[in-house]
Amino acid sequence: MDFNDTTQEAEFRKEVFSWLSANAELKDGSKDSLPAMSEEDALVRAKEWQAKLYEGGWACLHWPQEYGGRGSTPIERVIWGQEVSKFKIPGGFFEIGQGMAGPVLMMYANEEQKKRFLPPMAKGEEIWCQLFSEPGAGSDLAGLKTKSVLEGDTWTINGQKIWTSGAHYSDYGILVTRSDPTVAKHKGLTYFFLDMKSPGVEVRPIKQISGGANFNEVYFTDVKIPDSQRLGEIGDGWKVALTTLMNERLAVGDASGPDFEEAFNLACGHDLNGSSAIKDGSVRDKLADWYCQQSGLKYTKYRNISALSRGETPGPQASITKIVSGNKLQEIANFGMDLMDANGIVRQDDPEYGMYQMGFFGAAGIRIAGGTDEILRNIISEQVLGLPQDMRADKGIPFNEIPTSNK
Amino acid sequence: MNFEFSSDQMLLKDQARKFLEGEESLKKARDVLEGEASFDENLWKSIIEMGFTATTIPEEYDGLGLGYLELCVIAEELGRSLAPTPFSSSVYLATEAILRFGSDDQKRAYLPKLATGEIIGCFAHSESNTSPTEENISCSFDGSKLTGQKIVVSDGDVADFAIVSAKNGGSVGLCIVDLKSEGVEINTETTLDPSRSHASFNLNSSAEALEGTSWESIQELLDRAAVLFAFEQLGGAEACMDMAREYAMGRFAFGRPIASFQAIKHKIADMYIAVELARSNCYYGAWALSTDAPELSTAAATSRVSASQAYNECSKENIQAHGGMGFTWEFDCHLYYRRCRQLAANIGSQAVWKDKLISSLERANQI
Repeated sequence: MDFNDTTQEAEFRKEVFSWLSANAELKDGSKDSLPAMSEEDALVRAKEWQAKLYEGGWACLHWPQEYGGRGSTPIERVIWGQEVSKFKIPGGFFEIGQGMAGPVLMMYANEEQKKRFLPPMAKGEEIWCQLFSEPGAGSDLAGLKTKSVLEGDTWTINGQKIWTSGAHYSDYGILVTRSDPTVAKHKGLTYFFLDMKSPGVEVRPIKQISGGANFNEVYFTDVKIPDSQRLGEIGDGWKVALTTLMNERLAVGDASGPDFEEAFNLACGHDLNGSSAIKDGSVRDKLADWYCQQSGLKYTKYRNISALSRGETPGPQASITKIVSGNKLQEIANFGMDLMDANGIVRQDDPEYGMYQMGFFGAAGIRIAGGTDEILRNIISEQVLGLPQDMRADKGIPFNEIPTSNK
Repeated sequence: MNFEFSSDQMLLKDQARKFLEGEESLKKARDVLEGEASFDENLWKSIIEMGFTATTIPEEYDGLGLGYLELCVIAEELGRSLAPTPFSSSVYLATEAILRFGSDDQKRAYLPKLATGEIIGCFAHSESNTSPTEENISCSFDGSKLTGQKIVVSDGDVADFAIVSAKNGGSVGLCIVDLKSEGVEINTETTLDPSRSHASFNLNSSAEALEGTSWESIQELLDRAAVLFAFEQLGGAEACMDMAREYAMGRFAFGRPIASFQAIKHKIADMYIAVELARSNCYYGAWALSTDAPELSTAAATSRVSASQAYNECSKENIQAHGGMGFTWEFDCHLYYRRCRQLAANIGSQAVWKDKLISSLERANQI
């Protein structure tokens, strides 16, 4: 048992570090990052960086070289991730395309489409979004209603999507629709990709509880999509969607925000009831819980990396990450604000204090995004522990006869 | 990265599991719980024959000279099967104390007999209703004579000798007392988990020093043992999760298995989360223990706290998942519920270990 790289891994790590050192700035501390700026400017900065990665041969590491990747092994991808986290790197725009749309195109698009769309995706020239959830279909995604009708070689799309991150700056989107409402709900779905500039696509920002607006409602009014942009067979959209969701769960990792170290340092530097907060028993009790959770996730990740290092598929342990880290963030955020006493509710510009307030809102979102805590517990119990699926009131019923909130 | 037990170690774990199942360890735990015996002598003999007691003892003292990772996987299986033997007292604590702090003579005298199970050791530390500290230890040792009282000594009534914490002058250290010697009064204590035996000592007897030991040595001993106890707790926690899962799959209510209700599924998912966090933290502890890493005290406290939490979660929710049957004497749920409490208490409470964890991080922060 050790934490050492194999010779091959060590060489790769060295190569990664030396390229990053030549092209980016090292962080001072783990939470050190590039200065904040407007979304527009951040997008320019991120595109420049992604193009640099692409030219250097470091974009989408695990993709085949012919599509703009590097053909790297899973463990090389992990090493890249570890090294890149030591540097101040812009990001936040390409993850959905590269993490979810890319793999689906790789599996279902024709050769010509792969050659056309994957390299610009890897280079960050074209940004993709994911049009799945609807107002009436979130956790029950297969209950979606956006209608697709085929006439000749062209589909016509009508309906509404929601929670679409980055739709307002995306060039393309992946889309699941209902092509046949007369069959059971999982059977009547069809999957496409489309140009977000198509006539009839309207993007409206949704203001979030944090005040920001990263995601949108997207309305479709008689939007035309050529049949050549269908991914998978007609009526097979659920299967294609599952491929996407599996990749989403791999892509969604730790909640970002203050963690044990920040809470510990805050407690060391703050007074509570007349003496240092770190001396307080209740503070120590909570800190110990968070340390154990953070450490448990860290070493769970190490166990997975070890499996990858041996060329094996990691076990199902990774499924616990988002549940544990989202809830931990929510607790730490409240703890940090509590320690500031009444002043904890006054908006703080200093990131040392402001991050708890950001975490307060962010945690409420992370517990929902990419699978709610409840859905993830279902996934753990069904897919990891082999417990039965939930009893469904809609099983086998044609979609258009299923009771909904509106009936 | 190779943060995993080796295939040989996993094979040993598998052998230990099958061996303990074959020995009906769980049934024997119930027999000890319900009967008069302090532990199961046949199971203990078989464990000795398997060489488990000799695991980390060097070959020069008739041991197997294996590492702590091997002992960790054995501990997990002993915990899973609730093995009613003095293994933890004799191996994680007494053997470890002699190995770490004994003189050459003491090692020669004790280790070969500990390896072959000819003698059983235990560790006597608690004295009162509060956790032991360097200040409140009142047992005293003058270099040859030991006086005072110890309570809740696991396996105190079956052991041949005890490692005892006592004040010598101004500081606290460790000494060895032969429990058959004159002036040692042993009283069996009834605890919440009668599948493990406990005793109190009235001591007014001769003893020999473990030279050079201090309060820090005791903490070191407890840290090392904590990793091994954490593996026992991990094994127990996972056994409870498996029991809850199996019962919920087979038990029908409202025309369906109760495992199809989210209230039950999510409960078992939460057990899984607790077990996986504990497992990963235990691996961290195992790594630190087996490599004598500088962060052993942090790793030990982390694995101990995390495994105690997992066992607590799983043993209580296992009863809940079983409904009324879980509250019956007949079902095994309570054996785990009891053992969980026994293990959570025997080398210091959760509050003590959480405090140790934060203290060790404070020290690391100052360096």
